[in-house]
Amino acid sequence: MTELEKRRSAAPVPSGWEYAPAPESRDIVRIEERYGHFVGGEWLEPRETYATIAPATEERLAEVGQATPEEVHAAIAAARGAFENGWSELPGSDRAKYLFRIARILQERSREFAVLESLNGGKPIKESRDVDLPLAAAHFFYYAGWADKLEYAFPNRRPRPIGVAGQIIPWNFPLLMLAWKIAPALAAGNTVVLKPAETTPLTALLFCDVVRQAELPAGVVNIVTGDGRAGAELVKGDVDKVAFTGSTEVGKAIQRELAGTGKKLTLELGGKAANIVFDDCALDQAVEGIVNGIYFNQGHVCCAGSRLFVQESIYEDVVKKLKRRMQTLRVGDPLDKNTDVGAINSRQQLDKIRELVASGEEEGAEIYQPPCRLPEKGYWFAPTVFTDVAQSYRIAQEEIFGPVLSVLTFRTPAEAVEKANNTPYGLSAGIWTEKGSRILWMAKRLRAGVVWANTYNRFDPASPFGGYKESGFGREGGRHGLEPYLEFE
Amino acid sequence: MAKAPALPTGFELPLEPRLPRIGSIDAVALEERAASLARRSIKKEAKLFALELAIRMTDLTTLEGADTPGKVHALATKAVRPDPTDPSIPSCAALCVYPNLVPAAVARLRGTGVKVASVATAFPSGQSPVDVKVRETEEVVAMGADEVDMVIDRGAFLSGRYAKVYDEIVKVKHACGDAHLKVILEVAELGTYDNVRRASLLAIAAGADFVKTSTGKLSGAATLPVTLCMLEAIRDVHEETGRMVGMKPAGGIRQAKQAVQYLVQLYETLGPDWLTPDLYRIGASTLLNDVLMQIRKERTGRYQSGDYFTVD
Repeated sequence: MTELEKRRSAAPVPSGWEYAPAPESRDIVRIEERYGHFVGGEWLEPRETYATIAPATEERLAEVGQATPEEVHAAIAAARGAFENGWSELPGSDRAKYLFRIARILQERSREFAVLESLNGGKPIKESRDVDLPLAAAHFFYYAGWADKLEYAFPNRRPRPIGVAGQIIPWNFPLLMLAWKIAPALAAGNTVVLKPAETTPLTALLFCDVVRQAELPAGVVNIVTGDGRAGAELVKGDVDKVAFTGSTEVGKAIQRELAGTGKKLTLELGGKAANIVFDDCALDQAVEGIVNGIYFNQGHVCCAGSRLFVQESIYEDVVKKLKRRMQTLRVGDPLDKNTDVGAINSRQQLDKIRELVASGEEEGAEIYQPPCRLPEKGYWFAPTVFTDVAQSYRIAQEEIFGPVLSVLTFRTPAEAVEKANNTPYGLSAGIWTEKGSRILWMAKRLRAGVVWANTYNRFDPASPFGGYKESGFGREGGRHGLEPYLEFE
Repeated sequence: MAKAPALPTGFELPLEPRLPRIGSIDAVALEERAASLARRSIKKEAKLFALELAIRMTDLTTLEGADTPGKVHALATKAVRPDPTDPSIPSCAALCVYPNLVPAAVARLRGTGVKVASVATAFPSGQSPVDVKVRETEEVVAMGADEVDMVIDRGAFLSGRYAKVYDEIVKVKHACGDAHLKVILEVAELGTYDNVRRASLLAIAAGADFVKTSTGKLSGAATLPVTLCMLEAIRDVHEETGRMVGMKPAGGIRQAKQAVQYLVQLYETLGPDWLTPDLYRIGASTLLNDVLMQIRKERTGRYQSGDYFTVD
């Protein structure tokens, strides 16, 4: 326990109306003792394994495989076989049929997936239930619709599939990122080998069951699990395209590895988004947006609004309202339907958050955390806001990937743009103002792949998502999201 | 008598201590927040707490042309003891009636702790001369009403004559004397959340003890987002001035489940200090029996038919 955590646990918890626990039942999902790799439509008994846990309780959930190079290459070979033996030749309308099936099965089994996602990842059930699952299904529905219309998506360019895609996804939205990767790849006629994140493999493994239920031809979707070693092997292997979502550091290593190989690459990396609040905004709704921007999914969001820029004339009002709102955030059991902020995904991530928060205090920023009782076991971090932050502090520069907000101020729109763009990242930004012309003026000048106005963290399969600068390249979602999975004449 | 100050654009009222800025409301985000609060899962003791509180906050209401002393007597009895078979069930906050029925209500409720509320000021339209409204207010208070539910002049508000609206509320408040004044905005006629916020701040500035959503005479009555919008205005006033203003959603709240949603919204917006009938009321005519039914279900684990709850 750090000094800060000791102080906080001594703070009084507000009295009043105690909501009784309202946990979602975990009986709906059956977790196997042990999982192998899903290769060529069959379960491959893994040679090495490790335990995957529930971050909220540190409870061991299952043994999963740590893929060896041979296992990764077997998966790639299975994908290659499926690509060459039919999948790439299949009429688009037939591929669409499979994707529609997957989408429907995900909808039907959404409660099961939501519970497992919260259990293995630590995110609140209300988010996995209301955001992750509906969006994952929507993504499959959306790309199912494109599968037989590729000629219309790219007229006169004769689109054709690339081959085998190696896909590596992060732990913050495990199933949703799987959907973002697999749906466009399959719609375009490719086959895939996907490696879920080391800490959150379970929904991807449950997804194999959906693949079977949908009677997808064997080898079209292959899943191997394990840590970065398995990912590195996948990148090196005989794949035609690599799609990676994760940290900028690993993204750079992948790009170095692939240089000169001719393999296609898309990277969706980190971010340090500016959420910019003007003095003419709808104040209470902006505060909601700020909270949603940074505390949604414990701040484990690459596009999180982690730098809050407030126009100086309303700085005090915003900070006061923000702190007040933070006091009503309910931190705790991810499976409780009333939980707003769940567990930190891993010990490693918790250590990183703690380290950066400590640096913020050392550098002289003012810290605030609402009084809240954190569970004894598991990985937890209270929602945190830093005020008196200078642009040069590490907490204003580096991606924390946790529930930690840094508040800075600005005076004019031009200054807001300048400060918002003053980062190596460029994934997303938020603008809060009631003035439409200012939204357009700002959006044109912000160097960020996604700019939200009077909302935040809103996703739609039809809308392309991706970054500028060190936030990566390539777009996922929308018609743009098909392009990296196609070759053209 | 207080005179309405000249109101500059956006009426940043020159009152001390200053009122919060009027600002604006983002409808999409407001509705989203209200919907997300409505998804709280309230169970067991927490639910019982809310249901009993809902009864203590209910302004049991009958506002019909056909109201008679007999009807008011029956309803007043219900307000005092909502469930005759269960003495642990608390009384309602008040009985809300038309001016002519105030004597009947007072006769039955004197000494019971249940307050008598009367609508006034040419309810429900408010389209009468101001001296008539003041006179009506004086009369209902003289007849023994503890609380007055007035309507604002929406015609004046929507044509931008804010000073007239303000002035009327000031006069009615004065006529109330010690009686509590609830100001009905009739949100369905105001058209936007921006207007609802404006009208709420205007009414509060003019001296309202409570702001209330609706007359119950229109189809669009209280909703969760509109109530949230008003709660946020109340919160801003409290932050700026320390004054605690009450809130009364009315119309359309018929089920216990809705009542619980309103209370969750109240609790998470204004905090535990507002969880009292002194600062929150629910205006309803048919809600009570569903709440009673749900309480009995929570306690016994079984639903009982409607025939086991009195129809009054």
